[in-house]
Amino acid sequence: MSKTPALQVVTANDLLSGDVVFLSSGGCWRRELQHATLVRTAGDAAFLMAQAEQHEAYVVGPYLAEVMQDDAGRLEPVHYRERIRTLGPSNRPDLGRQAEGLAEVTHVSV
Amino acid sequence: MYRYDEFDDRFVRERVASFRSQVERRLSGALTEDEFKPLRLQNGLYLQLHAYMLRVAIPYGTLDAPQMRQLAMIAERWDKGYGHFTTRQNIQFNWPTLQDVPAILDALADVGMHAIQTSGNCIRNVTADHFAGAAADEIEDPRPTAEILRQWSGGHPEFAFLPRKFKIAVTGSPNDRAVTKAHDIGLRMLRNAAGEPGYEVIVGGGLGRTPMIGKVIREFLPKNDLLAYLESVLRVYNLHGRRDNKYKARIKILVHESKLENIRAEVEAEFERLMAEEAGPTHALSAKEVARIEACFAPPAFDDAPDRALDLDAALAADTDFRAWVKTNVTGHRQSGYRIVTVSLKLIGEAPGDASADQMRALADIAERYSVNELRVSHEQNIVLPHVRAVDLPEVFACLQQAGLATANIGQITDIIACPGMDYCALATARSIPVAQDIANHFSSPAQAAEIGKLQIKISGCINACGHHHVGHIGILGLEKAGIESYQITLGGDATETTAIGEYAGPGFAYDDVVPAIQRLMDAYLALRANPDEIFLQVYRRLGAAPFKAALYPASNGSTGSGSGGSGKRPPEPKPHLIASAQAHQATQAQFVFYHF
Amino acid sequence: MPIVTDSGFDFETQADAMLSLEALLSGGGDPASGLEVANDTDPRDLVPHFDGIGLIAVTFPNFADGRGFSLARRLRALGYEGRLRAKGHVISDQYPMARACGFDEVEIDEALATRQPEEHWLAVTSLSGHALRARG
Repeated sequence: MSKTPALQVVTANDLLSGDVVFLSSGGCWRRELQHATLVRTAGDAAFLMAQAEQHEAYVVGPYLAEVMQDDAGRLEPVHYRERIRTLGPSNRPDLGRQAEGLAEVTHVSV
Repeated sequence: MYRYDEFDDRFVRERVASFRSQVERRLSGALTEDEFKPLRLQNGLYLQLHAYMLRVAIPYGTLDAPQMRQLAMIAERWDKGYGHFTTRQNIQFNWPTLQDVPAILDALADVGMHAIQTSGNCIRNVTADHFAGAAADEIEDPRPTAEILRQWSGGHPEFAFLPRKFKIAVTGSPNDRAVTKAHDIGLRMLRNAAGEPGYEVIVGGGLGRTPMIGKVIREFLPKNDLLAYLESVLRVYNLHGRRDNKYKARIKILVHESKLENIRAEVEAEFERLMAEEAGPTHALSAKEVARIEACFAPPAFDDAPDRALDLDAALAADTDFRAWVKTNVTGHRQSGYRIVTVSLKLIGEAPGDASADQMRALADIAERYSVNELRVSHEQNIVLPHVRAVDLPEVFACLQQAGLATANIGQITDIIACPGMDYCALATARSIPVAQDIANHFSSPAQAAEIGKLQIKISGCINACGHHHVGHIGILGLEKAGIESYQITLGGDATETTAIGEYAGPGFAYDDVVPAIQRLMDAYLALRANPDEIFLQVYRRLGAAPFKAALYPASNGSTGSGSGGSGKRPPEPKPHLIASAQAHQATQAQFVFYHF
Repeated sequence: MPIVTDSGFDFETQADAMLSLEALLSGGGDPASGLEVANDTDPRDLVPHFDGIGLIAVTFPNFADGRGFSLARRLRALGYEGRLRAKGHVISDQYPMARACGFDEVEIDEALATRQPEEHWLAVTSLSGHALRARG
């Protein structure tokens, strides 16, 4: 089975709100995965993580998470943990990001 | 119930002020995240998957109506309108923001509550028998002991940075409802040959990655020596517990690796030194102080309520729902004319242990009116009304029905313990709540549940075993296997005084195969039992694991190896074996199609 | 290297070169100016030397390692009445714990003293910390 190079983003939790956030362009942390800065190589990933680790004043526990990108360019987490983390509890569709309306979560294009 | 005096109040207020300052210093950079994390944990604040989570201490599971109402208020004002009652008799709020937490802690202090030491590498909130002070089999009420331990451990300056967390449970009954043998220290109240009160001290029990049943380190400890002895155990543990590997840092590993007799000798030597010291305030309580605490737990003024009454008999005869509920959810009381009511927080299809703010307020109202203003949280994630007059049972049932809390399933297959799992928890490897919901939906027929009888299913979403799966008659452990959820089943666990760690049954099941696997276990049990009174655990003990393994893995005919297929091969993964009646759970799954792997 | 006491930071006290436990036990020095010990030291080894020791500094390699608190309690229980110092990574929130366990003072490095200035330490000196203890 051939494996395409892993596509990764840096994610963390916002220090004040606890919200799931993604490191995005300009070093901003945003709640939308679709805005996350993508890295494909180990070197880029290390660079992005080093940047994230400078942000202890804003976020907690940054780490790399693998994502997939469909033909339309839309990003989706690979691992089920990250999918639940991005959306909210699977038993409570009324809570978490999923409750804010699928439109916002899904329509964003890069 | 215990009431805070000025010292308790000052202590919790100081802690709130400290935490407020710690948050400010984290934001200013004076505290690094590494430094702040253990401080916030010791104030109950975790960072979970989606948000912060605040775990509020309900000492030994006891609270009154105003406290329950305050929890409801907190749920609505600062959270999302609900709370989750845990297997450690606490409540968790899943969505607070960091900056709101000091205000929440203030609101807790207003009703004599706190979130201190509900997490972190310290002595955790002490747990006890949820029927304390009401149980018919009780030798002595464990709550004064538990309260003394709360005061001794709360803010203990020496034991705030232990190698790992430390959990203490107390029971005053021979029937152990506090799982004392699965705690770092378990205390069983008893009397010696001379009739003097004391404790059997059990050490080194625990679940998690390396489940162990606690061992007796002291057969009889005089009551007055309790704090000096515990101080000695904790000191030996603090100095010698492993700090090189967090998975080997619990006292159970120290006892296992260093041998019980060596630890006992160390503890006894330390204890002797402490007893020889001029008794200092950290390990001695004055008789006056003990009397003050014990007086708080004096039995309520029970009235001369009749044990039976025409109205009650008539209600039992006329209302089959009521009769079923009394059978499952009502327990005998030490006082004639009274009963213990267990309110199920295992509504079919709902998350085990979750309660909405409205339900909390309804429980508070009912407790105020019918249970001497008292409530308990059980480690089985239900709510107990400890002192209900037998003649009031029909009214209590009606009130619970109105609040949607009259589910009659205590001790049955749908009364499932489940940790929050991957839906909330940052440590989880798989989901637990939806598995519990699916099983409950599948076995939702009261007749079917009654036919199966007493059965404890306990589900954990990772190896840390917050869902106590090791001691479930059927334990389910959610793991990750090659990027998908995989559920291991254990059989024959027991959380009572005959504590047993369940036996691993075989390869894990995919998410969708868990309910059919449980159905096959039930089919096997019903076919194998000698009579309707023989519960699953008894059949398992009589016949061993083989027939149940055969039921779980039908293609390989269990571990006998006599079935089809080649010999010596690993049993194939079970095929999806959906039974018609299992379709019910598909409905709830449909809306989470995104997660339906 | 400030020394923190109940009255705040003291930059004056010279941190003398301290004797190591190995040197003491092999008879290779005078502990009058101070003895530095790791937090896994067996305190019974020090008992014969208590009278000659001017100061014992227990090292804290990491603030989350609480062995030093129990070691202090044991040293006091064994009869050590001299100065007792917690040295290393001790944060201001731990100051009341250190004092309650028998330490007289805390020695921190410059970087920590900059991050957690004197007022942070003074703010916690009066905390009772422990309801049972406060009640007496």
